Amino acid sequence: MIYNVSIAGRNSRIALERDGENWKCELDGVQFQLDARPIRPGVISLIVEGAAYEVKRDQLGNQTRLWINNIPFIAEITDPRSLSARSRSAATSTTAKLLASMPGKVLRVMVSAMDQVEVGQALLVIEAMKMQNEIKSPTKGIVEQLITEGTYVNAGDVLAIVK
Amino acid sequence: MFTKILIANRGEIAVRIIRACREMGIIPVAIYSDADRAALHVRMADEAYYIGPSPAPESYLNIDRILTVAKRCRAEALHPGYGFLSENSDFAEACAISGIKFIGPSPASMALMGWKTKARQQMEKSGVPCVPGNSQALQSPEQAKQIADHIGYPVMLKAAAGGGGKGMRLVSGPQQIQAALEAAQSEALRAFGNGDVYIEKAILNPHHIEVQILADEHGNTIHLGERECSIQRRHQKVLEESPSSFVDADLRQRMGEAAVRVATAANYTNAGTVEFLVDNAKNFYFLEMNTRLQVEHPVTELVTGLDLVRLQIKIAANEKLTVSQSVVQFRGHAIECRVYAEDPDNRYFPSPGKITLLEEPSGPGIRLDTGVYEGWTVPNDYDPLLAKLIGYGENREHAISRLLRALNETFVGGIHTNLSLFRRILNDPAFRAGKIDTGYLDRLLISGVSGENREHEQVAAIAAALFHVLDPTIKEGNKKKSPAGVLDSNWKRASRIVPDSHE
Repeated sequence: MIYNVSIAGRNSRIALERDGENWKCELDGVQFQLDARPIRPGVISLIVEGAAYEVKRDQLGNQTRLWINNIPFIAEITDPRSLSARSRSAATSTTAKLLASMPGKVLRVMVSAMDQVEVGQALLVIEAMKMQNEIKSPTKGIVEQLITEGTYVNAGDVLAIVK
Repeated sequence: MFTKILIANRGEIAVRIIRACREMGIIPVAIYSDADRAALHVRMADEAYYIGPSPAPESYLNIDRILTVAKRCRAEALHPGYGFLSENSDFAEACAISGIKFIGPSPASMALMGWKTKARQQMEKSGVPCVPGNSQALQSPEQAKQIADHIGYPVMLKAAAGGGGKGMRLVSGPQQIQAALEAAQSEALRAFGNGDVYIEKAILNPHHIEVQILADEHGNTIHLGERECSIQRRHQKVLEESPSSFVDADLRQRMGEAAVRVATAANYTNAGTVEFLVDNAKNFYFLEMNTRLQVEHPVTELVTGLDLVRLQIKIAANEKLTVSQSVVQFRGHAIECRVYAEDPDNRYFPSPGKITLLEEPSGPGIRLDTGVYEGWTVPNDYDPLLAKLIGYGENREHAISRLLRALNETFVGGIHTNLSLFRRILNDPAFRAGKIDTGYLDRLLISGVSGENREHEQVAAIAAALFHVLDPTIKEGNKKKSPAGVLDSNWKRASRIVPDSHE
């Protein structure tokens, strides 16, 4: 099996092949043996040529985090053919979509739909666990879509679209 | 002694009190809101009663509901924990009227200390040094400006009914005072139901050092030494230790005696904490008294060998203190890390959610006071404190190394936590040299992170592929999202421009 893994913005090509209890691994042209034991969901004990790691995985919003020695890495397994398509669509868009980065309650909305807003203008306030966080417009434009006051949002929910 | 105690709190402190009850053969009773039906404190209690919807004003702050439950289950005493109703003298009064012993000081002592302006007036009378400022609620921005001009900028605006950093604003010049006053007043009103704000001279980068006291109902008051609480962010304590490396034996004795004087002046009983600001010349000023058990009480327990919750319950049961001042001995060093569900890469914004994976530390010199478990969804409605990780050693260095070892054993998956912050603090040369004051954490956070991440990138890449094969419980991230990289800031993501593929 061959994977393209992206860690910290760097792509690596990994080939994995079962070898009895162990794995044969080739990473960017270098071959070595792996001993990997799943401990429970989200935890693998990994020994690479004597070096032992307890590696963990969790998910937050739409990010998959891999933890090595308690240091988090955002990982993505990608198909190289889709990369160029993605970057083209990013370049042509001019719409700013504000997403909630954590669950919370929309405490106040300071603008109305179709308002003209400036860069850095405060649009709304989100409260999570008694802490208030002001969400500012990343761009100048017209507010095309806006969440209503009092709504409970989850990470990744659209708060506003400024065009 | 009581046979049944109702615990009017939740989270780790409710669990802590349940443990003390069990050790004393007392039946612990839990209360819970909608969000907390499956909380750890409910699972651990002998009895548990529903008291209302998730928002605190409808449940953990609802005096009538809590007292109805306390009477119905025939609890003889009530432990308020910290936060919520713990410093509400009306609540303590209502307990007394219902014939339920409130485990804490009298309503009168609480009212005096809870009203920061009145407490200041009383301490000035008793000869305890206070920070220069006014001891009345501010009437207008003009009045605030006048007083600030008199005592000199920078000044601190503080909620008269307050504590815990709520309703507090630092003001460096007259042009900011109106906006700061309005913000402080509205925050105070929201947090405490009273918008009174007073003014104090801001002592820049002081040490925040507090003294634990214990007073029985027979006139005996002792102190249990100090806690260094200077590691704060937005006036919220993050890491506390005892003893303080800044306090020598002479200062310890003088502050301890002042703390006992404060408690005596307020006719104080049960456990309490006197907070002082200490400047670089080791002058100390009375800041406030917290009339309850503190979050950080475990560090005092570890260095004195005393169980503060047990002693609180004994004092409330009218027992005499069996420990006298001369018997109190300090041994070793203890440091507490407050583990919060918050995102270090997003200005420490709270990050509630489901804990999908949890590994807890153990071993020599490690104590974990927790209120969560794997599979529990940290609710959005309350404080983001998950647990307190406390390290104890024969000296400060030993305590630090044990904590670092324990942090390595700790993992919380599925939500953001501030665990990485403690690794940074405990490895920081300035912290290790004891060079800390209340400005320390801001300075550390500005200094940025080192690039230690790169060495494990290859292991992370291998692990990603292995999880894909061995443990397909999580699907890899949505391929339409931005390319992967080092953990990018959620704060940035919150307000970044996202290409909209539907347009």
